[in-house]
Amino acid sequence: MIASVAVNWTALEPVLPELLLIGVAVLLIGFDLFLPRQRQLLPWLTVIGCLTALAMVLGARPAIGFGGMLLADGYAMVFKSICLGTVILTTLMSERFCAVINLRQGEYYSLTLLSLVGMLLMAAAGDLMTLYLGLELMALPIYALVGLHKRDGRTSEAAIKYFLMGGFASALLLFGMSLVYGLTGTTEIARIAEEITARQLTANPALLLALGLLLTGFGFKVAAAPFHLWTPDVYEGAPTILTAFMSVAPKAAGFAVFGRVLYLGLPALHDQWGPILAVLALLTMAVGNITALCQQSLKRMLAYSSIAHAGYALLGLLTGTIEGLAAAMTYLVMYLFMNIGAFAVLMLLAAPGRAGESLDDCKGLAARNPMAAALMLVFLFSLTGIPPTGGFIGKFYLLKAAFAAGYTATVVGAVLFSAISAYFYLRVVRYMYMDEPRQTDVLHVSPGMSAALGLCLLGVLGLGVFPGSLLDWTLAALSGM
Amino acid sequence: MFIQIFFGYCALMITLSGILAISLRNPVHCVLMVLVLFFHMAGLYLTLNAEFLAAVQIIVYAGAILVLYLFVLFLVSLREELHLDAFIANPWIGRVIAGGLAAALLYVIPAFTLGEKGVWSVEAIKQVTHTKALGQEMYSTYLLPFEIGGLILLVALIGGLALARRDEGATEANAADEATTPLPAQSDHKEAAQ
Repeated sequence: MIASVAVNWTALEPVLPELLLIGVAVLLIGFDLFLPRQRQLLPWLTVIGCLTALAMVLGARPAIGFGGMLLADGYAMVFKSICLGTVILTTLMSERFCAVINLRQGEYYSLTLLSLVGMLLMAAAGDLMTLYLGLELMALPIYALVGLHKRDGRTSEAAIKYFLMGGFASALLLFGMSLVYGLTGTTEIARIAEEITARQLTANPALLLALGLLLTGFGFKVAAAPFHLWTPDVYEGAPTILTAFMSVAPKAAGFAVFGRVLYLGLPALHDQWGPILAVLALLTMAVGNITALCQQSLKRMLAYSSIAHAGYALLGLLTGTIEGLAAAMTYLVMYLFMNIGAFAVLMLLAAPGRAGESLDDCKGLAARNPMAAALMLVFLFSLTGIPPTGGFIGKFYLLKAAFAAGYTATVVGAVLFSAISAYFYLRVVRYMYMDEPRQTDVLHVSPGMSAALGLCLLGVLGLGVFPGSLLDWTLAALSGM
Repeated sequence: MFIQIFFGYCALMITLSGILAISLRNPVHCVLMVLVLFFHMAGLYLTLNAEFLAAVQIIVYAGAILVLYLFVLFLVSLREELHLDAFIANPWIGRVIAGGLAAALLYVIPAFTLGEKGVWSVEAIKQVTHTKALGQEMYSTYLLPFEIGGLILLVALIGGLALARRDEGATEANAADEATTPLPAQSDHKEAAQ
């Protein structure tokens, strides 16, 4: 007997941006296959697809889709915007860089978009199943992308390392999730919180172990110390365009699920995860900032700096307050602009046959191209946290939220490590302005690249001068949570 | 009683064959250990009254996917072992952490309490049959995760193809790299099986 059921197409409304991006990703492969001469259109198609999806995400009404599997609320909207913004900016920058390092373009854009779909699903996940599958959908294309550029021996090693570590972290995460499921009998994140209070599980050792496993898994995904060991090698081995992408988007998506599980699913355990995260945040900032001091490669230095910035963002998360979460989200938006901007300038230094990733390559950049040097200066100032850039305001909100929640020692540590970070960021500035250039060839800035650099500069300075609007936006987005 | 002994046997064999699968030197032996693992997984599903899943486990995993693994092993030449430097040189640190985790897991077992039961009790499943219940749930409640799973397979396909394709004018030096290419697709299934 076959029973026909009318399909309710309106149920698809919460996933329309994701469906659009899947369509574009498939279209990109078709384009690459059948119209090889029009390959220069691929990045623009990607950008248009992402911009449309961004407009859809920003214009969407808050909705609960698929019986609680998907929560397309304000919280998801902010993180979706960060991930979409990352892909838009990196795609704008990619055109010339891909040509320089001879990267295969069709698959690159398509896999990036599919990874983006995974991130959007992670940001909106309302159920542990959606969360985990979104995570895998995000991670798998990145494993492939890291290994896509086969000319370089380092990339294969980076891909293998990333893949093994990522698989291992997923296993730990799944173990934690299965324990939570066994204890509460549900995978829906909001219901987990209800069941924990109803069954008085807060002091149950099994639940605490599950919390520990979840924190470990998420710690791997956002590259928090001591689970950061894969990060420098992978970030250095991957093509720079991908490093820029990886250091922002998956991290933001990781923070999205981190915040969702802790704030929506396990708020009753804040007494436990607050201090644990405080220790992790301190350790992450210490490892990131101190190890970055002794790097000779600019790319590796930025990799360690991205570890340190995950530590700063954790400061907001550990408070357990809405203000703290809003501060972390605000910081991630600013981090998007400043980090992508710094990587964009790094990418400008690359030339055919020369990586241009070491500190020596940026020596005398001010003489070669004053504009690029000035932009790098702004991005580095912002990463250090010097006013009037966005990085300063973002860090200020984070420290304020953590201080208000009573984590004074952590705040003192964060300020100290932030001061240490000034040394290695400003050292680059000194090299750019005080030293003689080693290379004399002219930097080639493509139109897409200048657009991306302009957007990053606008983001860093605009958010630094008018920070209130962004914080209001994230707070308003959280009001429904 | 029989169920408990059977469960204990399956769990023990899964652990043993899992450890052997990652510690044996010969890749073909490793794959055979994974085969043993898959069969005992199917046994576990039987103890849960999930006979359809047990059949799928044997037909799809033990039958199809494992043969695929073997094909891959024969296609790529694995004469040279890929060697990566460990992040932490001393293996005992890892062993101590793993032992600690195992001890912690054993320690929390007595405190474990079972959460609320879902709507599909054994009686309910017996009424509508297991396969039908599975299908209904998969295409209604779990439609979104199911579709994401499909998308993950598409990604594995595209990623695998992109990695395995030789660049125009690529040199033979890449041959060693390509030994690593089928990994993402393979282990994708491995993770799904867990």
